Amino acid sequence: MLTALYIMLGLALLLGAALGYAALKFKVEGDPLIERIDAILPQTQCGQCGYPGCKPYATAIANGEADINQCPPGGDEGVRALADLLGVEYKPLNEEHGQTKPKAVAFIEEDLCIGCTLCIQACPVDAILGAAKHMHTVVASECTGCELCVAPCPVDCITMEPIEETPDNWKWKYPTIPIKPVINLK
Amino acid sequence: MDRSPYIANAPSVSNIMLKVLIALVPGIIVYAWQFGGGVIITITLATITALVTEALMLKLRRRPIKPFLTDYSAIITAWLLALAIPPLAPWWLIVVGTAFAIIIAKQLYGGLGYNPFNPAMVGYAVLLISFPALMTKWPAALSLAEAKLSFSAQLDYIFNQTLPASITLDAITSATPLDYLKTQLKLQQSMSTIQSAPIFGALGAKGSEYVSLAYLLGGLYLWQQRIITWHLPIAFLSTIAVISGIFWVIEPSQFANPVFHLFSGATLLAAFFIITDPVSGPTTPKGKVYFAAGVGIITYLIRAYGGYPDGIAFAVIFMNICAPLIDAYTQPRVFGHQE
Amino acid sequence: MSAPINIASLFRKTKDIFSFHGGVHPPENKAQSTCLPIGSLELPEKLVLPLRQHIGTIPKVKVAVGDHVLKGQLIAEAEGSVSAAIHAPTSGAIKSIDNAIIPHPSGLPDQCVTIIPDGKDTWIERSRQDWRNGDVNTLIASLRLSGIVGLGGATFPTQVKLRKNGKSEIQTLVINAAECEPYITCDDMLMRERNEQIVLGIQVAQRLLGAANVIVGIEDNKPEAIEAMRLATANTDIQIKVVPTLYPSGDGRRLIQLVLGKEVPHDKRATQVGIQVFNVATVVALYRYFEFGEPSLSRIVSMTGNVAQPQNFEVLFGTPLMHLVNAAGGAKPDTTHYIMGGPMMGFNLPSTDVPITKAANCIIAASPTLFAPQPPAMPCIRCARCAGACPVSLQPQELYWFAKADNFEKAQDYNLFDCIECGACSYVCPSNIPLVQYYRYAKSEIIALDKAKEAANLARERNEFRLARIEREKEERAAKHAARAQGAKTAKGEENKTAPTTDKQAAIAAAIERAKAQKAAGNNPPKNTTDISDRTKAEIEAIEKRRAKAGITDDMPRTIDADKQAKIDAAIARAKAQKAAASKDDTTTTASTTKQPVADAEKQAKIDAAIKRAKTLKAATAKPPTSDVNNKPVADAEKQAKIDAAIARAKAQKEAALKAKDKQVKED
Repeated sequence: MLTALYIMLGLALLLGAALGYAALKFKVEGDPLIERIDAILPQTQCGQCGYPGCKPYATAIANGEADINQCPPGGDEGVRALADLLGVEYKPLNEEHGQTKPKAVAFIEEDLCIGCTLCIQACPVDAILGAAKHMHTVVASECTGCELCVAPCPVDCITMEPIEETPDNWKWKYPTIPIKPVINLK
Repeated sequence: MDRSPYIANAPSVSNIMLKVLIALVPGIIVYAWQFGGGVIITITLATITALVTEALMLKLRRRPIKPFLTDYSAIITAWLLALAIPPLAPWWLIVVGTAFAIIIAKQLYGGLGYNPFNPAMVGYAVLLISFPALMTKWPAALSLAEAKLSFSAQLDYIFNQTLPASITLDAITSATPLDYLKTQLKLQQSMSTIQSAPIFGALGAKGSEYVSLAYLLGGLYLWQQRIITWHLPIAFLSTIAVISGIFWVIEPSQFANPVFHLFSGATLLAAFFIITDPVSGPTTPKGKVYFAAGVGIITYLIRAYGGYPDGIAFAVIFMNICAPLIDAYTQPRVFGHQE
Repeated sequence: MSAPINIASLFRKTKDIFSFHGGVHPPENKAQSTCLPIGSLELPEKLVLPLRQHIGTIPKVKVAVGDHVLKGQLIAEAEGSVSAAIHAPTSGAIKSIDNAIIPHPSGLPDQCVTIIPDGKDTWIERSRQDWRNGDVNTLIASLRLSGIVGLGGATFPTQVKLRKNGKSEIQTLVINAAECEPYITCDDMLMRERNEQIVLGIQVAQRLLGAANVIVGIEDNKPEAIEAMRLATANTDIQIKVVPTLYPSGDGRRLIQLVLGKEVPHDKRATQVGIQVFNVATVVALYRYFEFGEPSLSRIVSMTGNVAQPQNFEVLFGTPLMHLVNAAGGAKPDTTHYIMGGPMMGFNLPSTDVPITKAANCIIAASPTLFAPQPPAMPCIRCARCAGACPVSLQPQELYWFAKADNFEKAQDYNLFDCIECGACSYVCPSNIPLVQYYRYAKSEIIALDKAKEAANLARERNEFRLARIEREKEERAAKHAARAQGAKTAKGEENKTAPTTDKQAAIAAAIERAKAQKAAGNNPPKNTTDISDRTKAEIEAIEKRRAKAGITDDMPRTIDADKQAKIDAAIARAKAQKAAASKDDTTTTASTTKQPVADAEKQAKIDAAIKRAKTLKAATAKPPTSDVNNKPVADAEKQAKIDAAIARAKAQKEAALKAKDKQVKED
């Protein structure tokens, strides 16, 4: 009886020591949590989450101040990725913060632009070029589609243009729905 | 066809499964010839049970019934299980075993293509653990039996457990050689004495050695039809032969010879029909060799040292667990990559 | 073999033909379209030339609607490093330049130039180039105007494949004449009828590459072509190697393995191990370009399947599909649609209105009898027949699980991107699973996700940069404010009027100095490498390494979206114009704006108009100007910095684009 106890005790100590050693020896130097959350966020910097940008939102999530379902551009997949990372339950996107829209870029109607620079100041990623009193233009490839420039424009010359599907960005579809050949013979 | 490739040339799943069934037919015929028609009754019962439970489960799972019933995979499970259990066992034994195999081991995991374990072997293991006494009551080969049961008498026995007045149970059953070997070795009998018992034949057990040869024939047909590759059967049989050969050479008085092991029990049935189940086995050529060798080693160890006369079912189930791991570690070299 | 002894044969291993893993042997169906010789077509009523006919950048249109063009005249010129020109296949008038459906699996419209032929077929002036003795580099450079792309179907610009980058010497030229896909016979017929031109074409390619050995790989199901090629190569050192008929032997890497026994490493191109592969039709195009000055205007197309008389035709690019179908006797009534390419790798044409392009080696009229609808897919039973058929030794059954479950990371671990989408796995699948579709889906998703990730990283960096800048400006303002307060305290009275001005002047002067310095350093564009994160640095390094590996140097023309280039040009021009305007208005002249490259006239005009508009608006508007006039030079300098940053960014993007292209580009 006593021998058994000793053996168990000895085993427990031994394994405990081994585990402790392994924890020190093989410690994974991980990214800080904020960085890892930030890596999932789409970097739209749109502020729809209620924070001034993706990094502040990531910080808020890491500190437990914000929920994971406040990022419409990240969409359902983003929420899932966050839930996965943080080991919490998935929850649908909070509608209060907006809905997921197809990706779009800002477009400035250059004939209307009065060159007020308000949009330039609003752009979180410096994707709008231009100078005071001269028309501005959006570098489409840098635009994150955050829509922050739309509201400040005094002449409403900024519109959000959805990104069109072209043979360049076209993707093969998931092969479940059989695609009927679109054809008009004769 | 709306997407390339627009052409295909492959036997359908049904076609493949049907060929497996065809390959089993010679074995069944020889079985019935050597041990009486009881096996036909068991197979029929198993087939009906399998189809009914499969249809029921598909309906419950809201899956199309017709394509999955006509893929014949349930019938293969049924036949393999029926061939693995004693043919004169009460009717409910095969029904319970088959139902368990189809419902629990196959459909609950997602049906065809999703079962991690060989359903027939799961059914067999469940029966062996739950009803050990019934699972060891094997009929004697007709050439050895003291009495013969007519077909209707066998039917009567299977359904009512009643024998004609003149015949005792002992007259129609006998121990299998693997069983006999185990008990006699425990009684300190020498190997030569044991093997001179009438139930031993030239290769394995009298009667069942012919069945094994018929399985071999069916297996060669499957190989010729490219339903199976050589890897699994060859690796399995050679492992059994080598490992039993080593033990036999070291201590011939304690261990049976390799030929006996190859032709006894379900060795050949397993080699060509059980371990070749693609769904629960590995897919890489190297993995197949490891898998089959694993089954062979465990089978032999159970036969030589375990508590059961034959160990194929447990060996297969154990190696099924390892199949994904084996696959992961035996990925072939991809073109243009270093080893 | 009748090939004479050459150096290669001395080193030849005992084995002449090697083999690759897997492969399938579908019914050939080649005999139907080889009964008749290569036919020619009448001029169609219109020719629709998609700009996207090759891998790489869309070429830049050089004609306008209403222009009259001659046969062989340049319509669109190659843009960036990987691109190909497009020429008028006949003389006629440019009817339109707009979107039309192109032969692409997406079925989406794209930029096309439509020509109405005048029926005269008048050639532009052509000149022969001495390809036997001429300077190799000049010859290769001139190919940029040829419009020649790989005619095996991959459509990789040939000039790019020949361009020397001082990296690797080509020892062996493999001519791909395997033509392993069922139904397709265009190369077969080309070899039968134009064997002499092929040999001359091979000699052109051999000269340009400096390759010592040439091997022509032909599948053994083309005895007539093999005979013709043997005849034509009798007195040359070109080797003919007959490979067994096994799909996909015509895949570049597979053919190299077959004829040389060399496995091209998965992360290298064949050229990096001294081998170049050309399609047999491509070398003929090369020969015709140098010998006769003919750019790439037509190709041989197999018109086969469910038509009255399958046949090969010499077809001008841009020819409407139905024109070709009718030449083959028209489609039979039960034709449902048309397939471009072979039955293993082809795709459904989205409409009957599409033109024939450089990639169109074969058009198959499809009917339910020719291509029976497949029964619905069953679950995978892991039979591993697909693994047995895969020519790349992949495990398609595993890739299928991962692709199906969107487990892209794992799919890449199992080398998804080594898949050549040959379709052998689907061909042998008993469960009728559209395996290749899953791989295509997974690949395009992964590429899109990678792009999104890159864009997100860029946005993050830009946002961080902006925040840092705002912070810095705030500090500077605070410091200035403090200094001013200090100055007010010490100077008192009248001096406090001048002090801030001098302060401001000094700041302006400093800003100008900075701008000038930046401009002086203009040849060495700012790389923004001072205050970036280590990760970014590592990324940049990785990119540089990749670029170096790919042989790209800074002075090479970069591949860049025409669109993007135009935008950048416009942005620079606008910024410049603004600066010019600003300096005009200003008392302080900066006088440093003329150094930059001149934007093209059209843009200049637009900018002028914009300035005028802006000025009128300024005059008309009651709004007070938002920024202080005195601050302008400072703002200018800042803007200059912004522009510089934008240029640097554009460069980074270019590199990213190159990288993305690298991923996609495969050998012909």
